[in-house]
Amino acid sequence: MEIDHPVVELRRVSKSFGRQRVLDDIDLRVERGKNTVIIGRSGTGKSVLLKHIVGLLRPDRGEVHFEGQRVDRLTERAWVPVRRQISFVFQLNALFDSMTVLENVAFPMTENRTGRIDHKQIRDLAARCLERVGLTGFEKKRPAELSGGERKRVALARAIAMDPPPKVILYDEPTAGLDPQRSNGINKLIRQMQRDFQVTGVVVTHDMRSAAEVGDRVLMLWGGHFVADGTPQEVMESEEPHVRRFVQGIGEPGDVVTFTR
Amino acid sequence: MPRESIAAGMVARIGAGTIAGVTGALASFGRFWLFSGYTASFIPLEMTSVRGWRRFLPQCFQIGTRSAPVIMLTGMFIGMVLIVQGWAQFDAANMADRLGSIVIISLCQELGPVLAGVMLAGRAGGALTAELGTMNVTEQLLALRSMGADPIRYLVTPRFVACVLLTPLLTIYANLMGTLGAWGVYVLVFQGQSEPFWYYAEQTVEMWDVGSGLFKSVFFGAAIGLVSCYNGFHCKPGAEGVGRACTQSFVTSFILILMLDLFLGFLLNGLYSAWFGFRPLV
Ligand SMILES: Nc1ncnc2c1ncn2[C@@H]1O[C@H](COP(=O)(O)OP(=O)(O)OP(=O)(O)O)[C@@H](O)[C@H]1O
Ligand SMILES: [Mg+2]
Repeated sequence: MEIDHPVVELRRVSKSFGRQRVLDDIDLRVERGKNTVIIGRSGTGKSVLLKHIVGLLRPDRGEVHFEGQRVDRLTERAWVPVRRQISFVFQLNALFDSMTVLENVAFPMTENRTGRIDHKQIRDLAARCLERVGLTGFEKKRPAELSGGERKRVALARAIAMDPPPKVILYDEPTAGLDPQRSNGINKLIRQMQRDFQVTGVVVTHDMRSAAEVGDRVLMLWGGHFVADGTPQEVMESEEPHVRRFVQGIGEPGDVVTFTR
Repeated sequence: MPRESIAAGMVARIGAGTIAGVTGALASFGRFWLFSGYTASFIPLEMTSVRGWRRFLPQCFQIGTRSAPVIMLTGMFIGMVLIVQGWAQFDAANMADRLGSIVIISLCQELGPVLAGVMLAGRAGGALTAELGTMNVTEQLLALRSMGADPIRYLVTPRFVACVLLTPLLTIYANLMGTLGAWGVYVLVFQGQSEPFWYYAEQTVEMWDVGSGLFKSVFFGAAIGLVSCYNGFHCKPGAEGVGRACTQSFVTSFILILMLDLFLGFLLNGLYSAWFGFRPLV
């Protein structure tokens, strides 16, 4: 069977909070099996964009499609089967404080049990996912007892621990707050998920190196639009002024960077 | 600018402010009822599944067991102080024997349920709002939704049911401890006689007195559970938002308890006199 529609598609999506227009007529087609990286300055609406894909925010205007089905108008209940195919790594991890690390990782599976696997298999799979992010031995701890980077990795483990694996994983800054070695490991993990399970990834990041490593395609969000779209190489070399300044880490005109006495 | 137009501008602004305030209040009132209905709609599902009970029982512990000591203590002191306040008058009228039964009736009908409700609103309601509010501002509620789990079903329904069931139970504790406290002060401090105390208590206090208090406490529990959870779910971002929501929860629950008490008091008294007529207490 030939599937030609994109896994996720946003059509002319706009979103404002009060007077602040965060997304302005955004179009995005996320290709199946590819990793799409979204870069952009802090506060440009990258997290807002990801939340539209799983229906945690609704667009003011425009349409969101998942697997060719229009989803932005669905009721909370009708979203459930769609959400079961998507994992979300939250920027702030959003681990459940009241549960242990292992329960956190197992939660999506215990909640969405299809009857395919029993409790023991769920625990085993959860433990294996923790192993993949280097957290064996942390099963019994609570999120509050972990370091920032460890929490991030638990959140990653929770996102990949699904059976069957999710079709799409949304990673909101998966390497923020991690040391270079760990970030490298996470980048590899994202690539592995893509290669081994044909997971489509949407990765939000600030880190150009990691964008280049995990991304098949990089987009830059600026002022509610995409101002760059291409392979990592193309975006790195882009002449578009915002993109160039972002990639090279030069401040935008008007940024407050110096204090004078 | 001429004065008239400044005044007109002020009037217009006050008018607009009032309209915005009223529509805002109406909107959140509507949201609150939707939230309540949604919470209640999950009760059959949650209370008939093993996993539902696994979420429900820890809440009973959190809300009930943990609040029992403070509520029992409050009840006891209120019982004691009522005897202290009433003794002189009743003794002078030579009716000290009957003081105990009057105190027990006021405990069972009013003070037990209201105080248990208020203490629970402070002790458990604040904790509920803080917990859910923190989950809200740290996006745990969004995480639940993103995994296809309904936060209202998972978090609110068990807490709501626990509040509804445990408030009457705690009220019974408050009533019992209040009665004991009253008896203790009556016998030990005022050297009253134990036998007539219990005799008149048995003669005067009816099941109705205990039952109507418990009936009211069910509504108090529902109000506490819904208000606390609603405020947690709708709190503003940050630690400050959570803190404010907690205060808001307590104040709203408290006022609601008093309003419900008045309203249900009218209703129950009307029913009583329609069914049984007037009852002289002394
Ligand atoms: N629920 C909300 N209510 C009001 N404003 C919001 C809300 N969520 C996001 N915003 C606003 O939208 C803008 C974009 O937010 P978003 O979190 O998407 O930024 P971001 O690109 O992810 O930034 P960062 O890289 O710092 O995470 C911000 O200015 C923020 O204030
Ligand atoms: Mg963000």
